Amino acid sequence: MGHSAPKIAAIPGIAEEIAGLLGPMLIETVDHVGELSFTVVREKLADAMEVLRDRAHYQQLMEVAGVDYPERPERFEVCYHLLSVTRNHRVRVKVSTDEDKPVPSVTHIWPVAGWLEREVFDMYGVIFSGNPDLRRILTDYGFKGYPQRKDFPLTGYVELRYSEEDKRVVYEPVRLAQDFRSFDFMSPWEGAQYVLPGDEKAPQAPGAPSPAPAPPPPPAAPKGEEKGDKPKVTEKSGDSGAGEPTDSKANAKSPEAPAKPAADTDEGKGAAKPEDKA
Amino acid sequence: MSDYIEKLDHEINADDPTLGDTEIQNYTINFGPQHPAAHGVLRLVMELDGEIVERCDPHVGLLHRGTEKLIEYKTYLQALPYFDRLDYCSPLGMEHSYVLAIEKLLNLEVPLRAQYLRVFFAELTRISNHMLNLGSHVMDVGAMTPNLWLFEIREDCLNFFERASGARMHSAYFRPGGVHQDVPLKLLTDIADWLDTRLPRLFEDAISLVADNRIFKQRNVDIAVVSKEDALKWGFSGPMIRGSGIAWDIRKSQPYDVYDRMEFDVPVGTNYDCYDRFMVRVEEVRQSARIMKQCLQEMPEGPIASFDRKVSPPKRGEMKQSMEALIHHFKLYTEGFHVPAGEVYVATESPKGEFGVYLVADGSNKPYRCKIRPTAFSHLQAMDFMLKGHMLADTTAVLGAMDIVFGECDR
Repeated sequence: MGHSAPKIAAIPGIAEEIAGLLGPMLIETVDHVGELSFTVVREKLADAMEVLRDRAHYQQLMEVAGVDYPERPERFEVCYHLLSVTRNHRVRVKVSTDEDKPVPSVTHIWPVAGWLEREVFDMYGVIFSGNPDLRRILTDYGFKGYPQRKDFPLTGYVELRYSEEDKRVVYEPVRLAQDFRSFDFMSPWEGAQYVLPGDEKAPQAPGAPSPAPAPPPPPAAPKGEEKGDKPKVTEKSGDSGAGEPTDSKANAKSPEAPAKPAADTDEGKGAAKPEDKA
Repeated sequence: MSDYIEKLDHEINADDPTLGDTEIQNYTINFGPQHPAAHGVLRLVMELDGEIVERCDPHVGLLHRGTEKLIEYKTYLQALPYFDRLDYCSPLGMEHSYVLAIEKLLNLEVPLRAQYLRVFFAELTRISNHMLNLGSHVMDVGAMTPNLWLFEIREDCLNFFERASGARMHSAYFRPGGVHQDVPLKLLTDIADWLDTRLPRLFEDAISLVADNRIFKQRNVDIAVVSKEDALKWGFSGPMIRGSGIAWDIRKSQPYDVYDRMEFDVPVGTNYDCYDRFMVRVEEVRQSARIMKQCLQEMPEGPIASFDRKVSPPKRGEMKQSMEALIHHFKLYTEGFHVPAGEVYVATESPKGEFGVYLVADGSNKPYRCKIRPTAFSHLQAMDFMLKGHMLADTTAVLGAMDIVFGECDR
């Protein structure tokens, strides 16, 4: 029986009929789960739409949707969803474009396209040539950037709050109280594309190439001045802020130990230096 | 002043009475964004010539929350409650399109009882949505009482939603593969009683106050007439396209769930004006009640969600017994299910019109793109051409007959 989504009776030979009507304007036809999509030449979009409305009887334009595929040479896809109320059928028409190449507007065929194109422009920055009123529509007055692009962060760049001092709403760069967390649940057995936390410590499997030698330690710099630039790490016990290890005698007996307390004391001196100068 | 009258005396001419009239400029007003008749946060920049609307530029997006972007960062199940919050007057209508889109990509079969429950509650949603819209439309043009009565019915509907799902408004009741949980028999019998007694009594009483009311007709008849051609060109759907005389209802022409088993009529307008749109909605309420009664008669016993454990979670009792069920439950609520790559556009007849979801899946557990087709977007866009030449006071009637909710329009 299958799914219970809206049942649209397939019209036999409709794909060939439309392909015949579109002729050289058509690039590709895809029939997936009973839905037909036609990719057409971008420059010929308006002509193709006119043919579909007047000769194939798709009277209504229901939706214009943008999709961003950053890995493609022409990253944006604009999908037009057409509905025929006389034939009771839906088709999708697609064109691809990028940030600069304009898509011909279809506002002269369907006035409803005006806002739908404005929305795609607002969200993706796709330009529609011939749209008489191509303004932003959903985002804030004076908004910058194109929020639905895949490289636009979910949190955006600015946040706004009411400022008691200025007695108005002020814009500020986004500050997150907690780092943005994105979980992905790709199973490591099904090809995750990254090193799982902890895996870098695991011994290499036999036969695998030996790991590249570790880079030489950076030359000892005058430590006191650099302190601010260094990322805060606690790799050594001295970095934790706990100060001198009290069991230095015990450490002295173990073979690896001597280097460590030396480093700690050295750093302790380094930190003290600016104060001495002052 | 006397100079002016003297000057006019020379200019007044019986053949051209407008000669000598002082040139006045059109002025622009802001209707909203905070106006009780703006149904939310609509800002209309209107250019008026006296009291005649010359141009109207709706500014939308004041309630834009980036729903489509948020959905791209959530699993399919986590994204579902966002749909309740789109059109907060008819939450289940929004969920319906989304779950059907997922099921179409998965080619997932839904048990019959679940399909009946979905249709049943979708129609209850339609009633509760129309109560709000009819009431506020009547109130926008000046009547107070019917709104209060219709809100009584809406309150009943919300109580029923609460008893079915636990939430009055944001139910999150429809799930991919079925519905969240079965309803108690007492709820169904209570709704059956309500459909037979309370709903018709309150509803017909309230409508009888306005349907033939002289003032209501003066405010609505012949206001904002939209021809069939215009309705098609402007992408109208739902009660708006039926109000323009086109008998187009997705429940009839492209039936989903068990609508193909239901018997109901599709009302259409004959004068294509605001009054027709109002009356189409009134008749839809009666038809919805008819569909709900049929559902109650025909609804079979049985499972309420798919048995495909990779999509719908196992019962709690099963989890206590079976390791497999526990694993499935854990995986579904952490990772979620994966949807095979592909794209679908699924549109259903929501109370306000065609609500579509264009879902692009890339085979992972999150939607790659989820474009929501709101009903209000195309209707509101037509505001300019519908209002042109009408009086300022007609704005509220036109807006009320469009049935716009900004959670959905702005997303």
